[in-house]
Amino acid sequence: MGKTSAAFVRETMLPPEPPPMRERGVVKWLHENLFPTPVSTVLTVLGVLIIWFLVDHFYAWFAHSVWNASSLPECREIIAATWGEGASGACFAVIRERWNQYVFGFYPPDLYWRATMTFGMLFVALAPILFSESREIRRIVLVVASVLTLLSMMELNAPGVWMGFAVLVFLGALTLAERRAGWLLIFSALYPLLGVWLLWGGSVWGPAMVLAGFGLGWLAFVLVGRISPVLAAAVAILAALLFWTLLAREVAQFAGWLLPLSIRAVASDQFGGFLLSITIGVAGIALSLPLGIVLALARRSDMFLVTSLAVIFIEFIRGVPLITLLFVASLLLNYFLPPGTNFDIILRVIIMVTLFAAAYMAEVIRGGLAALPRGQYEAADSLGLDYWKAQRLIILPQALKISIPGIVSTFIGMFKDTTLVTFVGLYEPLKSISDAVRNNIAWKGIYWEPFIFSGAIFFIICFSMSRYSMYLERRLQRDHR
Amino acid sequence: MKKTAFLGTIAVAGMAAGMGFADTLSDVKARGVLNCGVNTGLVGFAAPDANGNWAGFDIDLCKAIAAAVLGDPSKVKYVPTTGQTRFTALSSGEVDVLARNSTWTFSRDTDLKLDFAGVNYYDGQGFMVPKDLGVTSVKELSGATICIQTGTTTELNLADYFKANGLEYQPVNIDSNAEGEQQYMAGACDAYTTDISGLAATRAAFADPENHVILPEVISKEPLGPAVRHGDNNWGDIVRWTLNALIAAEEYGVTSKNIEELVKSSNNPEIQRLLGVTDNLGAMIGLDKDWAKRAIQASGNYGEIFAANIGEQTPIGLARGLNAQWKEGGLLYAQPFR
Repeated sequence: MGKTSAAFVRETMLPPEPPPMRERGVVKWLHENLFPTPVSTVLTVLGVLIIWFLVDHFYAWFAHSVWNASSLPECREIIAATWGEGASGACFAVIRERWNQYVFGFYPPDLYWRATMTFGMLFVALAPILFSESREIRRIVLVVASVLTLLSMMELNAPGVWMGFAVLVFLGALTLAERRAGWLLIFSALYPLLGVWLLWGGSVWGPAMVLAGFGLGWLAFVLVGRISPVLAAAVAILAALLFWTLLAREVAQFAGWLLPLSIRAVASDQFGGFLLSITIGVAGIALSLPLGIVLALARRSDMFLVTSLAVIFIEFIRGVPLITLLFVASLLLNYFLPPGTNFDIILRVIIMVTLFAAAYMAEVIRGGLAALPRGQYEAADSLGLDYWKAQRLIILPQALKISIPGIVSTFIGMFKDTTLVTFVGLYEPLKSISDAVRNNIAWKGIYWEPFIFSGAIFFIICFSMSRYSMYLERRLQRDHR
Repeated sequence: MKKTAFLGTIAVAGMAAGMGFADTLSDVKARGVLNCGVNTGLVGFAAPDANGNWAGFDIDLCKAIAAAVLGDPSKVKYVPTTGQTRFTALSSGEVDVLARNSTWTFSRDTDLKLDFAGVNYYDGQGFMVPKDLGVTSVKELSGATICIQTGTTTELNLADYFKANGLEYQPVNIDSNAEGEQQYMAGACDAYTTDISGLAATRAAFADPENHVILPEVISKEPLGPAVRHGDNNWGDIVRWTLNALIAAEEYGVTSKNIEELVKSSNNPEIQRLLGVTDNLGAMIGLDKDWAKRAIQASGNYGEIFAANIGEQTPIGLARGLNAQWKEGGLLYAQPFR
């Protein structure tokens, strides 16, 4: 073993040289993002100037906010006393004093807990639908919703029985969500009836009869289905309709006489604020999606009559402003219905908003259907699937996935459009409630603060919807790009 | 303009349906609640408070009618109506009476098939300008920018008046009173025009009311009053005479405080007839003899209602002006109770 010799062998690596000044740290970031070209530099400077202008103008106004006052003049006195004569400041005290009207409208204050509980349970109903795949997210949503709802119910002096009911529902939901999340869908299906009953009150037998009608229809479907599957659907619908129109009222009265279970009724004109917006928005969203899907399928159908009806409906509704539809709902219907018919105004508005959103929804989904390669339809046919199975198993899941951004945009637009109900005398939060507040002499002259408050809440809700749609897109991503 | 015509057509088309409500009195009695169409919010005239209780000058009229007809001033359902929905709400039967500061005009009385039961407030259109503009008369406003609510009679009045006087102006169109205040304060217009009562309320809410003046000219007549449907004359009589009872009560010195005493002790035959001590006037309009007494007890006589909601002791601080009794130089003149 002779000595091996080498002229030079490096045994350790030299530490790398730091990159030149221009290519690292803050300087690099600034250079790449803010000042890469002369045009960008000019735009950056302009942007900074605009931000500076805004901050300069509005910072003082926000910083001088008053949260504790009983009227606008008092606000002004406080601002003048604290920040000197002539100082301007926001008077958010109006929100502090009237928050209940912005949230609940003229709902009876001792029943605020009912609306709050309904809102909390909305998340229980939504959890298995929106977060069907991720147990962790479902858990977080349910825990947060339960805790917040129960705390606010306590704060709003909910009666003990109902606290117990809420605890039971939330605990049950949490347990089910861990073990058998699918079962929660039963609650989701019952939630519309429960929500309507809790919000409007009255006898429990009214919603129960609606449920009974569905039950009867299902029974008829199963029984007749053995003889002829085609006939079954028609018989089921007929049975349910007959029950609702002919029998339901009497049965409900009889049941109410046997077991009078009812809670205090609240009339529709007492609804207002975000309670009204969210009620109309949620109902419209939940109803317009299925209706939109049906319309989109109808428009692409091979049957001439179905296609033409769908085209006429969609083009008519899309061609008419929403306000016109709302006026029709609130004014024209009064003339056409027999005098004395009491057709609830919120229900009318929900129907109109749903039809309006459904027409847009149909076009969005039709876009998704059109984007699907022809091969997918042919593949479904080659498997021997019938029309409905092909739609349900192959076409719609893909088409809806493609349409998610458009669908959520329609939802967001519809939710914001609920503020238009101000024109038919309903107290939505942005204009009607603010006008009512301003027309009290104590708050006359207040302008921006209610807009900022309502706008912030609308932003939170719409932004959440938008983030959810992005989450859903990521979750449903099946291709590898 | 098109929208107005459209709504007018609806209102007229609904007349046939409107005829179906021939007997409002028995409807109201059967229902046990008076449906009163009110403004969605107008300072001093109708506005809900933090608990949702309505208060205001027009509201007190609703209460008086409910007290006269149903015996309880609280049995009123206030139906907020917007400028667009008010007349259709009335003609479709959604409300029994419209106490919503609506101007009594020819076309509304005839073409829209309404009946105005009287005038409970004589308003008029005026102008407000900043004091440092140095203007003392509307005649000096030539070439000025003027904030004006679109789609109202005030817009037409403004055009008429400036044309008649050979003046020019730049309109700044606004949508609501709140927006008008904002634009005016921001200096977007030199003058703000709307009804005098609205100007007074707006000015009262400013941080610096002393720096703004309401010009002396009143350029239009705006008799505001309760309206009912054409064709049900008895119901119209009830509303008209309830309003008259409130006005007459002030004239005769009957207040909510002394009314019980006057029922027992007054020797004035006019008061005795009004309060149902001697004649039974109520029977002639399908009510009992205490109807007027209850109406006055609801919120007081006309003067008390005025003072409590919009009078000089309130922040709005309106003087009686045209709305004083005829004996004091005003226009209030209740027809005799006989």
